[in-house]
Amino acid sequence: MKRLLLVGAALALVATTNVQAGPREDIVALLMAEASAEDAAFAGFSGERGQILFSSNFNTGKPETPSCTSCHSTSPQNMGETRAGKPIEPIAVSKTPERFTDPEKVEKWFRRNCRSVIGRECTALEKGDFITYMMSQ
Amino acid sequence: MRIIFVLAAAAVGGILAVTTAFGGDDNVPPISDAVVQEECSACHFAFQPAFLPAESWSKMMGGLEDHFGEDASLSETVRDNIEAYLVANAGRGNVDPQNPPLRITELRWFKSEHSEREAQRMMERLDVKSLLSCGACHQGAERGIYDDD
Ligand code: HEC
Ligand code: HEC
Ligand code: HEC
Repeated sequence: MKRLLLVGAALALVATTNVQAGPREDIVALLMAEASAEDAAFAGFSGERGQILFSSNFNTGKPETPSCTSCHSTSPQNMGETRAGKPIEPIAVSKTPERFTDPEKVEKWFRRNCRSVIGRECTALEKGDFITYMMSQ
Repeated sequence: MRIIFVLAAAAVGGILAVTTAFGGDDNVPPISDAVVQEECSACHFAFQPAFLPAESWSKMMGGLEDHFGEDASLSETVRDNIEAYLVANAGRGNVDPQNPPLRITELRWFKSEHSEREAQRMMERLDVKSLLSCGACHQGAERGIYDDD
């Protein structure tokens, strides 16, 4: 019940603070609900924390990929490249407008890339921070 | 080396078409499954299943959490479907089932067709980053055509 209330509160917060609606906003709203269920003190996502997540060297995952920047390049607005040499479209929303609009794609790549880079899955807070940062880029 | 990979040996001998799942003219059937094409082309060119035997694909698909040093995991259903497709369309060859080859680029025929010096020079000339970008040198690669050059 408490969890349900929190989810409801988070969704209400989204409804009032976010005038835009669309698949990306829906994804962020669900992450907000999850983040407040994980931590009662959750006070919103932060693009600054997202930037730190993006550029940190974790060295806790697979040795080939210490950082998100290993493949997405050091600027979200630039093209990236996989380890096998295939180009990756910029991860910044301003450059690649389809970013973070397909919930299954978003989940799949967070799962894979957080495990590869950090050695564990990302929390809802980390995912929301990351998307918030990329929406500002 | 204990592995007798018929596909590999045959390619070198030029009798490819007779003994393997390669079609005639050193070409292979293209991938006809949209999900396989989509999922297996996210990080590199989607290699046609005829390039490795069934044992190789099964082993690879059983370890996607550590796919050449990367997490390439899929949902169980998608994983099962992709493995079934790769196995059904795999190349033929006798390999050690405990230790099947996982890299096409390390097969004997591949190495002899792409000798290090020549491949290196061609990669520099065409600005190709990796030998895994089959399509950068073989324009018909996605259609399974490799003898066009
Ligand atoms: C090993 C290379 C690699 C690394 C390291 C990497 N990524 Fe990615 N990422 C990719 C590829 C490849 C794609 C899929 C291709 C595409 O979407 O253009 C992708 C896509 C994504 C997507 C999906 C975006 C969308 O369009 O919805 C997210 C989210 C993502 N990455 C987050 C991260 C985060 C967070 C990190 C660091 C913890 C990270 N990535 C590190 C290669 C990488
Ligand atoms: C998350 C990224 C990613 C995805 C998705 C992915 N791979 Fe890979 N794959 C790699 C990397 C990285 C390598 C090693 C590249 C290197 O060492 O140059 C590789 C190598 C390979 C190789 C060996 C290539 C060689 O001959 O050297 C095969 C075969 C392969 N992958 C098959 C697949 C199949 C089949 C799928 C779909 C189920 C798939 N891959 C999906 C990242 C990926
Ligand atoms: C740097 C360029 C380059 C890349 C990348 C490359 N190849 Fe090749 N490949 C060649 C050249 C050159 C030949 C020799 C062509 C010839 O003699 O007709 C060749 C020959 C072949 C042949 C034999 C064709 C024949 O006519 O007998 C096959 C099959 C083949 N490559 C498959 C692949 C696959 C699969 C990949 C990706 C894993 C790949 N190649 C990547 C340049 C390349």
